[in-house]
Amino acid sequence: MHRMATLLGLMAAGVVSAAEPPPARRAELLHLVRQDCGSCHGLTLKGGLGPSLEPAALAEKDAEQMSFVILNGRRGTAMPPWKPFLSETEARWIVEQLKKGLPK
Amino acid sequence: MRLLAIAAIVLGLSACATPEPRGTGDLGLVVERAAGRIMLIETSGHSVLGRIDGLGDLSHASAVFSRDGRYAYVFGRDGGLTKVDLLRERIEARVIQAGNSIGGAISQDGRVVAVANYTPGGVRLFDARTLEPLAEVPTGSKVVGIADAPGNRFVFSLFEAGQIWIVDASDPRRPQVRKIAGVGKQPYDGFITPSGRYYIAGLFGEDGLALVDMWNPEAGARRVLGGYGRGEEPLPVYKMPHLRGWAVAGRYIFLPAIGRHEVLVLDSVTWTEAGRIAVHGQPVFAVAQPGARRVWVNFAFPDNGVVQVIDVADMKVVKELKPGRAVLHLEFTPRGEQAWISSRDDGRVTVYDAASFAELARLPAESPSGIFLTSRGAMTGF
Repeated sequence: MHRMATLLGLMAAGVVSAAEPPPARRAELLHLVRQDCGSCHGLTLKGGLGPSLEPAALAEKDAEQMSFVILNGRRGTAMPPWKPFLSETEARWIVEQLKKGLPK
Repeated sequence: MRLLAIAAIVLGLSACATPEPRGTGDLGLVVERAAGRIMLIETSGHSVLGRIDGLGDLSHASAVFSRDGRYAYVFGRDGGLTKVDLLRERIEARVIQAGNSIGGAISQDGRVVAVANYTPGGVRLFDARTLEPLAEVPTGSKVVGIADAPGNRFVFSLFEAGQIWIVDASDPRRPQVRKIAGVGKQPYDGFITPSGRYYIAGLFGEDGLALVDMWNPEAGARRVLGGYGRGEEPLPVYKMPHLRGWAVAGRYIFLPAIGRHEVLVLDSVTWTEAGRIAVHGQPVFAVAQPGARRVWVNFAFPDNGVVQVIDVADMKVVKELKPGRAVLHLEFTPRGEQAWISSRDDGRVTVYDAASFAELARLPAESPSGIFLTSRGAMTGF
């Protein structure tokens, strides 16, 4: 039980530290998501050549898998790897924002 | 009572005092994509005449024009089709015709507007006067690269299905469809040459383009520039290139290479490669300046702060411009003396003297993307 609590605590700590790029960078990331991801997924992220990235469409999707796809792209589709421009922390943070819905 | 009547007459008279009549040949619009608004501009004095709101989600918006140059039909991402009166500066009609659309075209006779949709995949035809729906052509696949063709036809490509369809809309309530299958993997856009004879679709899923001779569609599609990547792994593509008839400069057709920092040159007589030009990044638009001496190119993220100019005679880059961050589009005046370029992240449209490259004007705009001039209304494929 004690070990379980420690594990949960560590996981929570991991999530918190992964979740927060510095504020200036967050603004850049949101701009990137809206404008550059928006080229294919639509400016409102309703979808276009790429699928919808609205919270309802992502509810069932695994967050780890999503950040993997952001960083590495998807073969056979038009989704490119964003690794040259994003860290893992940033990709995870973007996934969290997408799942919540981007601030208006 | 009499006083009121007089007042009414006076008001009526002043309302009738119409402004000086004007033509529309030097008008155009700039999409302010984040604001759901268009900016009405004129190219003789480089000024903004007004702004028209309420056009919905204008990411990836495009426009075509009525044959008289008075009305613009604006296609929004959200499936909105809006008819705008450029002279009265107001929305004339608007319909939400699908969940998600990518562009459209207007028929040769100007009577039918066709909209290409992603969700649900297909093309819908509308009466250009009223926007009344006339017919629907379901495709079961995302529609890209729609263009008008002579004979009141529309031609377009299907992204997932790898097909090119030709729709004869002579009787727009009963469109006739011809399907060409197996044109190649994932066509991402397509265009018709200014003559209206050839339709060319760029392929995303493989190196090459599909060519259809509209004089002889029974012959199907043939591959041109097949394997242009020479087996080298392409770079990741952060923005799809855009193809239209502006690619044609005299005998040569200038085409963005997918996943490469190159412009490909296709000879439209022999349909073989006539060269390739190394450029700053992955091209998005390669646009021939009217007069066909130069081709201007902008680029995909992250190289999108630059425009390069290619000299057609030498097949070399001769000039590099920095019109601002995130250059999304460029448009020439019909005789090619001005180039209008939008910079999304610096919030402005810059007007260049296309001969000297001198800046003529800067117009502030909110996240400007597409620039569309009424001269398109007189051109096949626009």
